[in-house]
Amino acid sequence: MAATAHLTLEEIRRGLSWRKQLDKLFIAIGMALLFGCLAILAILFFDLVRDGSSRFGWDFFTSFPSRKAENAGILSAAVGTMLIMVVTALVALPVGVAAAIYLEEYAPKNWFTGIIEINVTNLAGVPSIIYGLLALGLFVYQFNFGQSVLTAGLTLALLILPIVIVATRESLRAVPKAIREAAYGLGATRWEVTKDHVLPYSTGGILTGLILGLSRAIGETAPIITIGALSFIAFLPPSPVTGEFPFLNFEWLMSEFTAMPIQMFNWVSRPDQAFQANAAAAGAILLGMTLAMNAVAIWIRYRFRKKISW
Amino acid sequence: MNTLVDTQIATQPRQAATMQGETSAQGSDTPSLSIVLEDRKSARANPAKATAEKLNFWYGTNQALKNINLVIPEHQVTALIGPSGCGKSTFLRCFNRMHDLQADTKYEGAITLRPDNVNLVGPETDPIEVRMRIGMVFQKPNPFPKSVFENVAYGLRLRGIRNKTELAERVEKALRGAAIWDEVKDRLNDSALALSGGQMQRVCISRALATEPEILLFDEPTSALDPIATAKIEELITELRQRVTVLIVTHNMQQAARVSDFTAFMYLGELVEVDATSKIFTNPAKKATEDYITGRYG
Repeated sequence: MAATAHLTLEEIRRGLSWRKQLDKLFIAIGMALLFGCLAILAILFFDLVRDGSSRFGWDFFTSFPSRKAENAGILSAAVGTMLIMVVTALVALPVGVAAAIYLEEYAPKNWFTGIIEINVTNLAGVPSIIYGLLALGLFVYQFNFGQSVLTAGLTLALLILPIVIVATRESLRAVPKAIREAAYGLGATRWEVTKDHVLPYSTGGILTGLILGLSRAIGETAPIITIGALSFIAFLPPSPVTGEFPFLNFEWLMSEFTAMPIQMFNWVSRPDQAFQANAAAAGAILLGMTLAMNAVAIWIRYRFRKKISW
Repeated sequence: MNTLVDTQIATQPRQAATMQGETSAQGSDTPSLSIVLEDRKSARANPAKATAEKLNFWYGTNQALKNINLVIPEHQVTALIGPSGCGKSTFLRCFNRMHDLQADTKYEGAITLRPDNVNLVGPETDPIEVRMRIGMVFQKPNPFPKSVFENVAYGLRLRGIRNKTELAERVEKALRGAAIWDEVKDRLNDSALALSGGQMQRVCISRALATEPEILLFDEPTSALDPIATAKIEELITELRQRVTVLIVTHNMQQAARVSDFTAFMYLGELVEVDATSKIFTNPAKKATEDYITGRYG
């Protein structure tokens, strides 16, 4: 290098080619790591599919568990998982969004709300079995909800609440100050600004956060084992829709249940090799459900981003 | 000097010297400043619409406005000019209590709105009530990501107007008032975000006009726009004064000269001088004002 800042053309070109090499090196490392991770996921998925391939079929979806591996299916587990997810979503969405709105739009910035905020973030890191213990003490013994769909849904709702709150706060915060000022400038109250503007414009981010939370909840095993999910259920909960007025039935909430990860866990722990195929097939389906939920989340985010751009 | 506007200023000698610095910066499509000033008919102040008296304002412990006294004459355009950080936007935002959205701000003194003598910055006055009476147009066009119609109708909806015919009539009137009806009448249900920057800003002006405010505040309304859009907005502002009292912050001195009847020069949180625009730009009384408008700083 020359002592002065002025470089000859040759020096510029030599230096530039070296810097561009570095750029390419970084791209290569990044791609290698990325495809490495994706490959592991793909291998896992295809391994599950291969091991479980003998069990895929209509019967697998419409059969109850059985002592004979070739007769066993995931009907009660899949229905249980879906019902639990419904409860979880219906509880976590309003509570999480309300909490986030309060923290983001209303709460004064002081030490007390500071402590609440830190705790909400910390809750996301609490081991899931702790939530199971809490739910066992609170929902099962204290409130007498029993070992039911309701208890499981509430437990998983607690578990994903921090995820929903953090995601909602971030999307509320993404609404520009200028938009809020425009609404306030016309004489809107804080609630009107929130309800008419901030909330509608952040729906995409909120739903994305909810679905990502649900896709975490769907695979949780420890907390629902703790609250006492059964692993062998040969009946379905009462149907939520009935033929008679008022056409809705909430008995299913109190029904005993099993769920996909519980069913898998049960099959995996059996010595009989034939059940391993069942576990693999159920695992592939569970993984597929999670990926499908993430795909929906991405699609929602894309739709809303296209409509609203700041 | 601050009370000059109040006591009806006599028309200044029209053959004032052309200013140095300013004229050379003008584009060929804009009339020279001296001609614009020549043209300005309203060197006489109307009765006051609002009066700021001993207004002080703090962000935390930092005093941003110091003892401001200013009369805003009704149905005229008053421009606030001054270098960055002089407090002109801060002062403007006192009029609709925008500072209340921020923690740790404090007003002292009064901005009295005529005819009912409400103190706009008084702690007893509800900021939402103030914002219902005084509209604002912001620096960057900030339409809601909704249709053009819903943007303009929002203020009316807040005031409880539900009748569809009435809403449609008042939205049309507001869009006509902001000279954008012809451009958007066929796309009222399209997103306002699909418009050009200048059109968006005129939709924002319509949105503020729809509720028929008593004072309309403009905070550097053309700083994000190209010269043609700027010219349209400036023309609009000069027309608006027949319907509403206008207070405008601008960093562009030619804009102040073109659109305003009165100009107030602010510096370091203080109001240095206020007078008829023609007087400020041709024969300012204070050395600081002269230095600023001749481009010696700012």
